[in-house]
Amino acid sequence: MPFVSNTLRPYLAAVRSTLTAVLCLENFSSQVVERHNKPEVEARSSPEIVLNPLTISRNENEKVLIEPSVNSIRISIKIKQADEIEGILCHKFTRFMMLRAENFIILRRKPINGYDISFLITNFHMEQMYKHKLVDFIIQFMEEVDKEISEMKLSLNARARIVAESYLSQLTQTCELIPGHKRNFSNFNFLNKSKVLSYRNFRISEQG
Amino acid sequence: MSPTEIHQLNLGPITAHAFNKDRSQVAICPNNNEVHVYQKSGKGWNLIHALVEHDKLVTSIDWAPESNQLVTCSQDRNAYVWTFDSVTNKWKPTLVLLRINRAATFVRWSPNENKFAVASGARCIAICYFDEENDWWTSKHLKKPIRSTVLSLDWHPNNVLLAAGCADFKARVFSAFVKGVDQKPPPTPWGDKLPFNTICGEFSNDSSGWIHSVSFSPSGDALAFSGHDSQICIVYAGGESQNIIRTTSLPYLSLLWITEEKLIAAGHDCVPVLFEKQGQLWKFSKVIDVGKKKVVTEATAFNKFQGWDSKGIREGSKETELNTIHQNTITSIRPYQGSRNDISYISSSGIDGKLVVWDLK
Repeated sequence: MPFVSNTLRPYLAAVRSTLTAVLCLENFSSQVVERHNKPEVEARSSPEIVLNPLTISRNENEKVLIEPSVNSIRISIKIKQADEIEGILCHKFTRFMMLRAENFIILRRKPINGYDISFLITNFHMEQMYKHKLVDFIIQFMEEVDKEISEMKLSLNARARIVAESYLSQLTQTCELIPGHKRNFSNFNFLNKSKVLSYRNFRISEQG
Repeated sequence: MSPTEIHQLNLGPITAHAFNKDRSQVAICPNNNEVHVYQKSGKGWNLIHALVEHDKLVTSIDWAPESNQLVTCSQDRNAYVWTFDSVTNKWKPTLVLLRINRAATFVRWSPNENKFAVASGARCIAICYFDEENDWWTSKHLKKPIRSTVLSLDWHPNNVLLAAGCADFKARVFSAFVKGVDQKPPPTPWGDKLPFNTICGEFSNDSSGWIHSVSFSPSGDALAFSGHDSQICIVYAGGESQNIIRTTSLPYLSLLWITEEKLIAAGHDCVPVLFEKQGQLWKFSKVIDVGKKKVVTEATAFNKFQGWDSKGIREGSKETELNTIHQNTITSIRPYQGSRNDISYISSSGIDGKLVVWDLK
């Protein structure tokens, strides 16, 4: 659809300018616990230093929640999931990343309820990184993740089609060998078990 | 016009900086528990002393020009006064009895250098003075209406009034008159009778943001404060209304009056900005950092619109570095040269670890 990207642009622009505005963080020591310095958006120790959270949504399936505070912000992204396959792929993909959260530096180990992936940016990250590059990274992630998942879905479907084709072709060949074209299930033994499983998955997904 | 001096003193942030009286030495905190004193040599700076006594991040440093004493405060809840011993060539620390139980956030000597004020996350300000009898620095607390961490302080030139900007969305003017230390001050527009902890003014900006910085004008009759809502408010003592400068930029973290009609602000935009009083109104005047000339690259219309479309940005800039001298937030600006009511040079430091001296003329 040619109109999709027309709505993507203002959506990403809104996320970009919001992130630029909320990433004004400072080193802020806890005012509740002595000698502690914790991200206030997680600790929520005092209400006045946590700002109002903000949601930017493109539609009911795609939205971003931004929770700012004095020394940290939390960004949660709900990734588009049109069907069950996309749901499974999205879950696997985000899980893969979150298991390796240390390597992504700003990634949070668990997403916020109702979202697929969350980032936690503190003032210490802002000291090490350029702010505009960090914003670029989040925007790029949002762009790429949709692309990535739809590509994975396409390749999954393609693979399922190949499997089904080869399976069915073998089935027809088998059937032709039998006089009177009668079905004989004992001939299934030479088939690879995994092919049968893939075929089943394929059938399920086609119905869903 | 001398060029802007840029010194990269640390790779990480500089949390605070303070020059001595003749600007031959500078004390900075390189984002840890140490304070480094640098000596100017030619065009560069040499590290000559490392002051290690705090055990958490040093948040603020101030250098008393006349008495040549340093005061530092830290998130470990302590403050130290450092005096230079020329015999052993070492800085000697003296612990201050702050009696606060949260991080100290900001410290400034009073103009007469007989007191200093320490802001803290314990919802109070400690006014510290030297107790001759017991031979130590002791403190009295300004507590009353403060309801959150105090983020910044500024002394009135009369050595008694103190302005404080606070994370509870208020800027306040207190009396920090200490009996036995201060002479009775002459009446000011802020008030006549000034016993300790008198509140001479309480202001907030209309959209309620944390007050990042407060600053008294050279005469002390006006107070400027900047909030997290990117506004700068200027109030005149006894005056009814506030002058509000609304800006489209990111919040300002530090303010400095250079004359009675000019104000410099710097913060998350990485550039110092000049505001001027024109007639009765305060207006944006100019950006001090002119920046580098941008090299315009030829881009095809297709690439340009594709960039708009996919990334939601107007300029497809591939450059990593910002077009400004400071590459990250400026956290502190201080006078460098000139008298209090006509400052000609300022110095700034920030999260990018640069110390920059700006010529304002």
